Amino acid sequence: MIDKLSPSAQSALADIPDGATIAVGGFGGAGMPDDLINALIDQGARNLTLVSNNAGQGETGLAALLKAGRVRRILCSYPRMTGSHVFETLYRAGQIELEIVPQGNLAERLRAAGCGIGAFYTPTAFGTLLAEGKETRSINGRNYVLEYPISVDYALIKAQAGDRWGNLTFRKTARNFGPVMAMAAKNTIASIETLCELGDLDPESVVTPGIFVKHLVLRDKPANAAASLKQAV
Amino acid sequence: MDNNVRIAMAQRVARDIPEGSYVNLGIGVPTLVANHLPRDKDYFLHSENGVLGRWQAAAAGEEDWDMINAGKEPIELAPGAAFFHHADSFGIMRGGHLDICVLGAFQVSATGDLANWHTGAPDAIPAVGGAMDLAIGAKRVFVLMEHLGKDGRSKLLPACTYPVTGLSCVSRVYTELATMDITPNGVKVIELIGDVTAEHLQEITSVPLDFSALVSAPVPRSGKSAETDTLAAVDR
Repeated sequence: MIDKLSPSAQSALADIPDGATIAVGGFGGAGMPDDLINALIDQGARNLTLVSNNAGQGETGLAALLKAGRVRRILCSYPRMTGSHVFETLYRAGQIELEIVPQGNLAERLRAAGCGIGAFYTPTAFGTLLAEGKETRSINGRNYVLEYPISVDYALIKAQAGDRWGNLTFRKTARNFGPVMAMAAKNTIASIETLCELGDLDPESVVTPGIFVKHLVLRDKPANAAASLKQAV
Repeated sequence: MDNNVRIAMAQRVARDIPEGSYVNLGIGVPTLVANHLPRDKDYFLHSENGVLGRWQAAAAGEEDWDMINAGKEPIELAPGAAFFHHADSFGIMRGGHLDICVLGAFQVSATGDLANWHTGAPDAIPAVGGAMDLAIGAKRVFVLMEHLGKDGRSKLLPACTYPVTGLSCVSRVYTELATMDITPNGVKVIELIGDVTAEHLQEITSVPLDFSALVSAPVPRSGKSAETDTLAAVDR
């Protein structure tokens, strides 16, 4: 019998080595797998390359991972937000490398990695600082920039419901990067709120099929709506 | 910018969005445009984080932090919305599926280059988000900005001095003083707001302005003039 449910977040993340490239889902707080990030901090892997839309806020989640000095390099579209002081301090001190990636390139480069695409041309960023040094090409009169896939070793994502084969659904705008990160990663670990029996998820409504998922971790359900709000902020 | 001026500008842009348009409203003042799209007509708002439909700000105490817009503010959906993942969401932008996007700007050049992501200050931490994808993706890019910067200088320039977000991508610029189309033949003023005169506008603007396309009498500042049929103007 195949059962992708891990007994704990710790066991799901146990084999992450130093130097790994890790994609972390989320757009701001929505879709941020806080339980998996906390387990990654406890796990202790260092010298990580992080791929995520933002660079953490406040002192928890990604910010805590950064503050613990585990991340050498980050690829993101928007690191500068209210409360992103941990990242800013490390960046100004030269203790973290930053690659700014237009958000659509971040999503498409992850998708390309998941789909076996060697590289692609996109009009995004043509003629800007972010295309400097990159190959360009004019196709049917329009200018494009060559972009390469972002393959990652691990993806940590937050889903809503899952079954033991790893089929996933998401909740509202917490879906964001989850499905493409799951495709781009060699190993995807999904935090779920609800574990379903096989067959309870309508195949029509599965968003990420289990082939893209290696481990599931059942997170604690928020005790009430207020706790849910607090967690998500 | 004075709040009444902001509202008048948002109302003005809203009047140029036809029913049935697929629209992305940028963060900040452009977001206000949604408040002025008639409730009894259908418009489709797109938010980069994976939602298409219509919505409003979530009521206090009803916030669901899995249900946010691109500005990371909690929203409440009207019936008819759809969710999708980030690659599809940016495919909507980059694939040219949006009819209109409305963006803020630091600077716009006479040829429609847009600068709205980075001031180029050496100590600034760069952050681009979805700005470059939006700039090149929508069929029409409307910029909503103040006519002059905080330093009193024209934000419409022969060439952007800040790092650009996209080249030749802006279709139309709305300021508190005028509405202008960026065309292959230069910047055409299609409307003067309030008591602004052509002479004054040209005096404070750093690029040559073409007033031959002025379509109507000056628009009152309240933004309550008759509909202006300006959407037929040059497309880019």
